[in-house]
Parts: sequence; structure tokens; C-alpha cells
Amino acid sequence: MKLMFEKSVAGRQGVKLPESDVAIKTSLPAKYLRSRTAELPELSELDVVRHFTQLSQRNFSVDANFYPLGSCTMKYNPKFTEKVAAMPGFSDLHPLLPQLRSGEKYAQGALEVLYEAERWLCEITGMKAFTMQPLAGAHGELTGIMLMAAYHKARGNKKKFVIIPDSAHGTNPASAATAGYEIISVPSDNKGVMNLSKLKAVISPEVAGLMITCPDTHGVFNPQIDEIAKLIHSVDGIMYYDGANLNAIMGRARPGDLGFDVVHVNLHKTFATPHGGGGPGAGPVGVGEKLEKFLPISRVVKRKNGSFSLDYDYPDSIGYIASFYGAFGVILKAYAYMLMLGKDGLRATSDHAVLNANYILSRLKDNYQLPFDRICMHECVFSAAKQMARGVHALDIAKFLIDKKMHPPTVYFPLTVKEAIMVEPTETESRESMDVFVEAMIEADELSKKDPAQFKTFPLTMPISRPDETKAAREVKVNYFAQEHDR
Amino acid sequence: MNPYIANTAEDVEKMLKAIGVPTIDALFADIRPQHAPKSFDLPAGLSEFEVVSQLNRLALKNSTGPIPFLGGGYYDHYVPAACQALISRSEFYTAYTPYQPECSQGTLQALFEFQSNICALTGMDVANASLYEGGTALYEAMMMALRLTGREKVVMDGGVSPICRKLIKSYTHNLDFQFVETDVVHGQVDRQAILKLLDKKVAAVILQNPNFFGAVDDHSDIIEQAHAAGALVIESVYPISLGMLKTPAEMGADIVTGEGQSLGLPLSFGGPYLGFLATRKKNIRQMPGRIVGETVDAEKRRCFVNTLQAREQHIRREKATSNICTNVALCAIQASIFMSLIGREGFRKLARLNFEKAEFAKEEIAKIKGVEVKRSSPTFNEFTVLLPKNANDVIEAMMTRGFAAGFPLGRYYKGMDNYLLVAVTEKRTKDEIVAYAKALGEVLKS
Repeated sequence: MKLMFEKSVAGRQGVKLPESDVAIKTSLPAKYLRSRTAELPELSELDVVRHFTQLSQRNFSVDANFYPLGSCTMKYNPKFTEKVAAMPGFSDLHPLLPQLRSGEKYAQGALEVLYEAERWLCEITGMKAFTMQPLAGAHGELTGIMLMAAYHKARGNKKKFVIIPDSAHGTNPASAATAGYEIISVPSDNKGVMNLSKLKAVISPEVAGLMITCPDTHGVFNPQIDEIAKLIHSVDGIMYYDGANLNAIMGRARPGDLGFDVVHVNLHKTFATPHGGGGPGAGPVGVGEKLEKFLPISRVVKRKNGSFSLDYDYPDSIGYIASFYGAFGVILKAYAYMLMLGKDGLRATSDHAVLNANYILSRLKDNYQLPFDRICMHECVFSAAKQMARGVHALDIAKFLIDKKMHPPTVYFPLTVKEAIMVEPTETESRESMDVFVEAMIEADELSKKDPAQFKTFPLTMPISRPDETKAAREVKVNYFAQEHDR
Repeated sequence: MNPYIANTAEDVEKMLKAIGVPTIDALFADIRPQHAPKSFDLPAGLSEFEVVSQLNRLALKNSTGPIPFLGGGYYDHYVPAACQALISRSEFYTAYTPYQPECSQGTLQALFEFQSNICALTGMDVANASLYEGGTALYEAMMMALRLTGREKVVMDGGVSPICRKLIKSYTHNLDFQFVETDVVHGQVDRQAILKLLDKKVAAVILQNPNFFGAVDDHSDIIEQAHAAGALVIESVYPISLGMLKTPAEMGADIVTGEGQSLGLPLSFGGPYLGFLATRKKNIRQMPGRIVGETVDAEKRRCFVNTLQAREQHIRREKATSNICTNVALCAIQASIFMSLIGREGFRKLARLNFEKAEFAKEEIAKIKGVEVKRSSPTFNEFTVLLPKNANDVIEAMMTRGFAAGFPLGRYYKGMDNYLLVAVTEKRTKDEIVAYAKALGEVLKS
């Protein structure tokens, strides 16, 4: 498909701008001006509309396709929350208004949303307070690690290491390293969970804390999680809960009760806000008593008279981690979702997410190897080891599924499982759509026995076949104009 | 009843049978009794209609009515209807990171076009596919400069947004390098203050154009000096101004970042916004965040993929250039739709409109007795006004007259309690500006 720049025709414009109604004829001195206009495309409104409509049709999406991307919780995104976020009272609200003197009176509705969303997350996770500011899961992780560092600094603790299971998301070690810690990686045991005795082998007074997803990325809830917490606390370490998998346990367990000191929650996963093709998300961070005084500023507080305001008076705070109060539009959608579901709806969400994952696990376990053959939580991990022996890799199976008009599961993650295929159906999928997926996976297994070579040609029905990723990295072309100039 | 769960009682029964467990509870056996929640005290759910009504009541409690002359880096620009219509296509907003390029060419090509548009605006060679927002993007740019130079000191001009400066300080106060800020000057950059600090330790000089006070500058001379000292220069820019102003590339900047909210995103009380980052081609391997690159498929057809992933956390883990995973792809696509609708000539005109309206506002405000419009340097669409009394008092009085009058500089700067920062975008009409000046005159008289 042509790029917008290749469709450009000199003289076209997609928006009618107002004529100037002020008589200003002067300009800036030439030295402050650009030498030529920016090479943006010149397109009519219909040109632009057709271009982006056609682009959108080259995407799989939750609205159009089953999207069981493990660890990403690609659940359905309710439409009414989009309507709420587009209300002018929210979408046109300037973030600096409440920073004017007595300015909170201009943003009472928005501050109430932030305050109440925080209260909901506290009760769901068992934490004492939240900052709604982190702008993504990884940003929440970084914030959490900064809180951990602030705690140790205040206590005079000399800490050097953060312990992370080998099955963790790459963001965990990257976030801990960004905050200046060294990483100790602990292997999982044959049940798929971090092993207490292996943890004991690496624990020391220099351990700042543990970062863990619970249930972990193998889709298993660690039954010894409270004992792990005790061990980490015995060296004054901090327990960090990566909330990537919170969708499994709402109403069944709370990180705060399990001994976690700090958690981040991915609103774009558990609380149904759209993933946007890769953001914007939101990763609010909750803390227990121990870490509360270190939370970023500003914090939203409720005054005795019932009004809401921004409070900056926390001398131990780690400071500012975002320009404003978080991805407000995302938080608003998540809050609307929580209000609609309520207590029973949230619990049912986790129940059905777990039920659906186990249904897929049980239906595919004869065809695909299970690295951990047990009841799973909200996602199940298979290995394509048997298929690989026939010359068909997890990636090939993924491409086969694309031709079946399904977005493939996550492949090659977690790194601990060879040829991993990680399936997370979420609670919003019906049994029929899961059955179609299961049948396609069985068909792939059968085909891997009959004609493994055929897999290398998949997908056959997409606008493109498999791209040459090596070429992309070797001959870096990331800007249309640079290419033009280079030629 | 939950409209987002399809399973009926019959489905549940069949599925439990297939799994081989008697109840859903049995699936949670690993969560032992001692792990049970100590509390789960939440309200019952509401209907869709009830939630919409409740939130509409909250929306109406926010003051979006007053005519905005408030900016500070975040502006009330017009968002064309086609922009909102296109970004509301759920093929964009309900997809995820394009891990599977064959079924994600829509997102990938749109992000490639976004990168190209950012390069066109800034004049730089390469751009990434977005970062969270302008403030964190500037932090990432600074970390990138430290990696590129292997040096340990960063010089930040006092004219850089205090919102960004405070944020960067929070991120870095535990890290092992020196951070020096020059004093705030009201107009253009204090050359001498920067030059004095340039030594062999300086990794980067961070500048902003127009700066927080709205002052327009040409930083070419500073950049030349910084380069002579082996330092890089990071420019934070306001994209709309680049319809008119000298590009950071023309000035010689090494890394360019900015807040992209003005490119078709609603103000939305501070987010989600759009950080962007562009640089010279030679620096690309130290650039943080997702990058979309062009390649070909097996049939040699042009296509797009996430590229240079060896920089990223999911491959490099603790050795990655940044911990960032998700960016703000949807906001980037929204900005790209905006830029393609406004187009080459439109963007020039849009910038010019912003400039003219602000110049007109300056003239009108300067007529008010006792008010001084600061003219020590040229400005783009925001400027400072010295009032005869505390800016906060004036802002409150103006609110009751239907104007969000501006930002009180005393909030961030000592000794500037009487200064007001006024922003004027293309949306402000001549009548609104005249009425604003009239109201301001009345407020100051009373």
C-alpha cells in the first residue's frame, strides 16, 4: 500500500482553517524562521480518510479477531467507556487548572475520578494507597523500584540486588537496572514457580527486594507466595507485585494480604482499557503502609468538607514521575468499567478468565506438550516441542493461525519454555470462539505431521507474507524522507 | 448479568466437564485458604446507563467553560472531526503492539508515517514510534545523551519547562551524575551562563524553543560551542511552532524531543499524551523505545516491522537502552492523522495564525494601563505579562468573567508573583481577545 507521502499532490489540504481576523502583517526576523516548509503530505480530507481506513483494515484487532495474546490480557474493550472519556467536561479539561491558586474547584469532577479510582484499586489489591501517575506497566515498575530505593535509603540500608524469576517479563530486570540495581535471576522449579529453596540460596542482606508476577508468567499461582514474602522481609527486602496477571485473582486473593509491599496494575489489561496498537496504557502503583510516605506527588486527597484537592506536602516523596496526574483518559475508562462491574462482576471476571484458559488447556493437551501439566490460572503455556521435532516451530504455528483469521498467542515467551506458545483467552471470549481456535491448533498439529514444509509459506492470505526482519535491522529505513535524500 | 462474559450456566458445566473439575472454585486450589482476601468490600455493579449518568455529572463539575488563554506547554488547538473519526476505528484502538507484522501492517505503516512526519517537522533523520509524554521523553533523551557520550554532567537551561525539570530531577537524584541548571532568564537563553559550564564532563545541554516563557530563540551559536566542547544538545520543541520556526536540525541539535499533545490530542486533564524523540541517524542504536522500519516480504513487497529490537527490554532485559515497553501508538497515529489533514501548507498557515493572534493579543493587552507585556525577545503563541498585582488574584477574577486567563509564573518561580503567562492559539477569535483585554482592564481597575 502506498505511503501517505506517495499519495501527496501539491495544492491539496484536508482541513479548512480560518482566515486570520487580526491585522498582523509583521513576522519574526528571518534568523528565527525555518528555511522551507515541512514536507508534510498534501491530501484532501477524503484522501486521508481513505488512507487511514484502508490502513486500519490491515490490522487484526480484538473487535474483529480472537486475540489470545498471552500475558497481554486482550479482553473486549467496552464501548461506553469511550463515550465517557469523550465527554467535553473531561476531554477539554486543562491539566494546569487545579494548579492555579484554589484551582481545584475548577476540576472537582476529574479529581473525584482519580480519588475514587484509587480507592477501588486499593480495595481490589489490598494496598493502602495508590499513585495513579505511572503511564504504562513498565513505568509503574520503574516507579515501584524508585519507591523501593527510597525506602532503603531512608532506612540506611545498603542494598545492591533485586531478585527476579527467570520467567519474568523483560521489563522487570530493565526497570530494576534503570533504577541502579543489579539483578539476580532465580530459576523456576518443575511446577513452574519460583522455588523457595533456590530463593534461600541467593538471599542476603544486600537484597533490596523481589519482583514477581503472581500468578507468574507460566500461568501458575505460587502456593508458597506468603513464605517467599516472609523470607524477603527477613532481610528487610521489599516485595514487588507485577500486576500483569491480576486478571486471574480478583476477589480470590489480594497482593496486600499476600505480603506484597508495592504493586503495579495494568489498567489496559485487567480493567479493559484499549491497548491502542501499543499504548497508551496506564500502570498505577499501590503501596502498603511501609512505602506510602514515598509516593510521588501530587496526591489527590479528600477534604473533610467532601471536596477534592491536590496535596504536595509529602517531604519524603520521590517527587514527580509524570508531567501530570497520569493517563487520565485511560484511568477514567477503567473507573467506568469498575463501576459497571462492581464487586461480583470483578470476581466473575477472574473466575471466567481462569475457566476459559483451563478449557483451552484441557482441549489441547493431547496435541501440544505441557511444560507444567496442572491446572492453570488465566493463561496456559504450551510447548511446540513435538511439532518442532517435525520441523514446525511455534512461529510457524503462529503464522498458520493468522491465515485462520486469529491473532496468534504469544510465542517464545516465557523464555524458560522451549518453543513456548502462551494462550490467554480472557473472560470475554465465548466457548464457540475458543472451539474454533482449538480446532485450528489441532489442525496445525495434524498438518505438522503430514506436510511440515508447507508451514514456511504461511501466512498466505495477508496483504504481506513474512517480512525480512534482518534486512530491516541491517539497512535501517525509519524515515521516508531520509530514504528519498539518500537515493 | 455481565455483558462482557459470554459463558452461560450450560457452557460452564460443559467446560468444567472437559477440564475434569467439579466447580470453578476447584480451579483456584493453589490459592490456599490463608491467601483469601481479608476484605473485598466494593459496591455492587451498575447498569451502563447509570454509570454514564454518574460520570456525566462529574464531567459537568469541571470548568471547561471559561475561554482558555492557558497553555504552559499544553494547548487548546482545534482537532478536526476526521481526526477523531479515524482514530475511533477499533481496528486501531483494540489491536496491540504489532508483534505479528503480517496482521499488523496498519499500525506499523501508520507508525512509520508518524516517524517520517516528525522528521519532516523537526528536520531530523530518524524518529522513534513515540514515548509516554513530553516530560518523560526529555528524560529518555538525557539518558540517551549520557550513553552516547559516556560523560557524566548535564546542563539544563532555566527556560526549559519547570514541569519537565522537576520530573527529571526525581528520576535522577539517585543516579551517579551531575545535574546543573542555569538561572531562569525571562527571555532568550543566557549564553554566558551556559558557556561557563561547558567542560569536558558535559554530556548534554538541554534547551527548549520556544522556552517556557514563550521566548523564541536561535540556538545555533550555543550548539556550535557545545559541540566544540564535545557535548550533545537536546532541544525540546513545541510541534505547532515548527510550522514557522527554525528547525532544531537547522540549528544543529543532536536530539529533539517534545510534547505532541498539540498535534490533535485532547487536553484530557493531562493524558494520555504523546512524547516524541528524533535524532541523527548515527545515534539510532542508542535511541529508546519502539522503532518501525521498512523492509520487504518474501515476495519483495514493501512492508514494515518493529526493528532494532536488540535495544529493547524483551531481548536485552537489564542491559536494554530503556525499560520502556509499550509506547503510545494510538496517540502517535492520531498525531499523524492530524499532520496529514493539516498538511504542508496548512501547517505553515496554522503556525502563522497562532503567531498573529498572539501578537494581536499582545497589542491589546499592552493598551491596559499598568500592564507591561514583556518584549525582550520575540515569541510564538505564548508570552509573559507583568501585572500591577498578584497574578493569582487576577486569574480568579477573570475566571468569574469567563476566561482562563493564563498561568501564574509565581507557581514555579520565586519573585514572579505578578507575572502571567498567556497563550493564544488559532482558536481564539479577535472578539475573544478584545473581550479578554477588556475584562483584564476591568479586573485590574477594581
